[in-house]
Amino acid sequence: MIRPDAPVLLEIRDLHATVGDQPILKGVDLTLRAGEIHAVMGRNGSGKSTLSKLLAGHPAYTVTAGTVRYRGEDLLALAPEDRARSGVFLGFQYPVEIPGVSNLEFLRVATNARRLAQGGEELDTFAFEDLVRERLKVVQMDPAFLERSVNEGFSGGEKKRNEILQMALLEPLVAILDETDSGLDIDALRIVSAGVNQLATPDNCILLITHYQRLLDEITPDFVHVMAAGRILRTGGKELALELERRGYDWVDGGLASSDQADTGAPALEVV
Amino acid sequence: MVSLAVSPVMAPGSASAAWLESVLRVFEPFLPAAPGPSLGRLARSRSAARDELRRTGLPPSRQEAWRFTSLAPLIAVPPQVLPASEPGHGPDHPPASGTLRLYWDGVRDPLAGVDLPEGLSRLETGIQDALLGTVLEAAGTADSWMVRFNAALVGQVLALRVRGNVAVPLELVSDCGPAAGVRPLRLLLVMEEDASLELLQVHRAADTSLTTVVVEAQLAPRARLRHGVLAQGTDVSCLLAHLAVSQAPASELDLTMAVGGWGLVRLEPAITQLQGAAVTRLRGLQVARNRQIADLHSLVRFEGPEGQLDQLQKAVVDDAGRSVFHGAVQVPQAAQRTKASQLSRNLLLSDRARVDAIPQLEIVADDVRCTHGATVTRLQQEELFYLRSRGLGADQAARLLLEGFCDEILAGLPASACRWEPARALLHPALPR
Repeated sequence: MIRPDAPVLLEIRDLHATVGDQPILKGVDLTLRAGEIHAVMGRNGSGKSTLSKLLAGHPAYTVTAGTVRYRGEDLLALAPEDRARSGVFLGFQYPVEIPGVSNLEFLRVATNARRLAQGGEELDTFAFEDLVRERLKVVQMDPAFLERSVNEGFSGGEKKRNEILQMALLEPLVAILDETDSGLDIDALRIVSAGVNQLATPDNCILLITHYQRLLDEITPDFVHVMAAGRILRTGGKELALELERRGYDWVDGGLASSDQADTGAPALEVV
Repeated sequence: MVSLAVSPVMAPGSASAAWLESVLRVFEPFLPAAPGPSLGRLARSRSAARDELRRTGLPPSRQEAWRFTSLAPLIAVPPQVLPASEPGHGPDHPPASGTLRLYWDGVRDPLAGVDLPEGLSRLETGIQDALLGTVLEAAGTADSWMVRFNAALVGQVLALRVRGNVAVPLELVSDCGPAAGVRPLRLLLVMEEDASLELLQVHRAADTSLTTVVVEAQLAPRARLRHGVLAQGTDVSCLLAHLAVSQAPASELDLTMAVGGWGLVRLEPAITQLQGAAVTRLRGLQVARNRQIADLHSLVRFEGPEGQLDQLQKAVVDDAGRSVFHGAVQVPQAAQRTKASQLSRNLLLSDRARVDAIPQLEIVADDVRCTHGATVTRLQQEELFYLRSRGLGADQAARLLLEGFCDEILAGLPASACRWEPARALLHPALPR
């Protein structure tokens, strides 16, 4: 839902980042307003996952230039846990298995950390069980998964459902979903997508990171951005994803060439 | 350099010799109030053990079995008898309902005034006399230093017979409390055919104390013993525990040992499958921080075919703590078709922490399946980040991961252990209850 007067939740300006000595992001600009769903598409290695992990505060990445403001505040100054508590959520491409840590306990501790940060009260074990059972419906997840260790032995689809369950519990204002569609069969993709659609509200925004159009058949983005070589080269509406599907990423590489020319004073890149 | 075969006679006049002599003198008379049963065999072994200890002293580090573990912390323990636990002293929480708790201090009779549940009885004196030491002899550990040291001091044997299925879990608690001194303990457990028992052995200490304990358990055919050892100490307390079990065919032993916080702790489980064809499951967790030393020397010997061993040993080591794991598995020619697996997993939390994990598989039989492995890791950064990205603080995330690492072992303790909050007791002893 595009509302030009909606408050800006996330504003990324000229973001540059490295892993070790390797530059990965080379000037990303992106603005997300409340109510909007954005999709970032691109080849492997284009910097999509780096962008998502960096926004969540992964320690492997170093920001070398640029700013990220979350509701006007400097997001990059916050520790990962403070980003999460204040409402930034990353749905992992590869959710981590943590043997020996109960999924239910983990979800309760995480939910309470977020509630406390919002000025709410912590939920005791019983109240939390009521809440989590209700939220399980969002992703049609079997309650038996609550009794297991975090993601341990979960199938790819179960892991992704568990991610969206966490999103349902944490009620983020900015949700970054990194290749939530990878490893999902068609049924699981529909369930997970329906969950995300249910959680999208006029007050939050969602950033979908994906390779494929098929996710965008289920979750309709307001904006589609194409990323290559650490920059966003094209931005458009949902039809941009369709065009990308038709013409392939080579088409974007053409844009990359033109943007390289842009660096040397040639015309700026095309905005569809 | 010329290598000399030197018997481990210690230098007279050394601090350790003086300490040992003082301890032996203090325990020279049998402890007061030692209960009635004949001490015939015990008395004989006591005298021989004392002579031998005087000759050899504390084991020197050049002995392979003591290469990584110095007994120096013992010398700080006052050479005096640790007083009997006062009635009512001990854990401030009652046992789980339906659990029988016995207080064990080596002075009082733990069975005095106790109604034993069906299937559990005091072992007759004559049988005790005949059996004491036989499990150690089967394991070949009767002359080991820890057994000898215990034999030199102990004045009382808690001897129990298990017949049929004992439905009431048994808890055996030795709490040294805030007292200093030495406490020798000895248990003989005789499990008849088809008997089953759940036993939790708890050791706690707060002051400069030494607990020396020897357990002998004899499992007849088809007997099942689920045995937990939960031991929580402090920087100045020491625990030396030798746990010998002999297993007849078709018996099952499930032994889980969780220790943490001791200045020095050494556990020596010594399991003998007398004719093979039994099941042995060993689980161990050591937690060492500050300058603590946690040592586990296990020995599993198969003396017949088709025995099974499943062993998982874990350690969490922080600060300048040290963990030693030496896991011997002996599979002689007679032990064909043995299946044994041994895994050691270790978590290092500081640069000064140290782990020595030494598997020692001696396999002569040719038709066997034996595996072993050891890993030493730090907390996984991706796991930490995942938890932090959900709003858990770095400390809380690390704590959860640690508890997760230990849970695999602690979950194997008998159910009554949950009253003792093992994860909190071992990992976060400083946290308020």
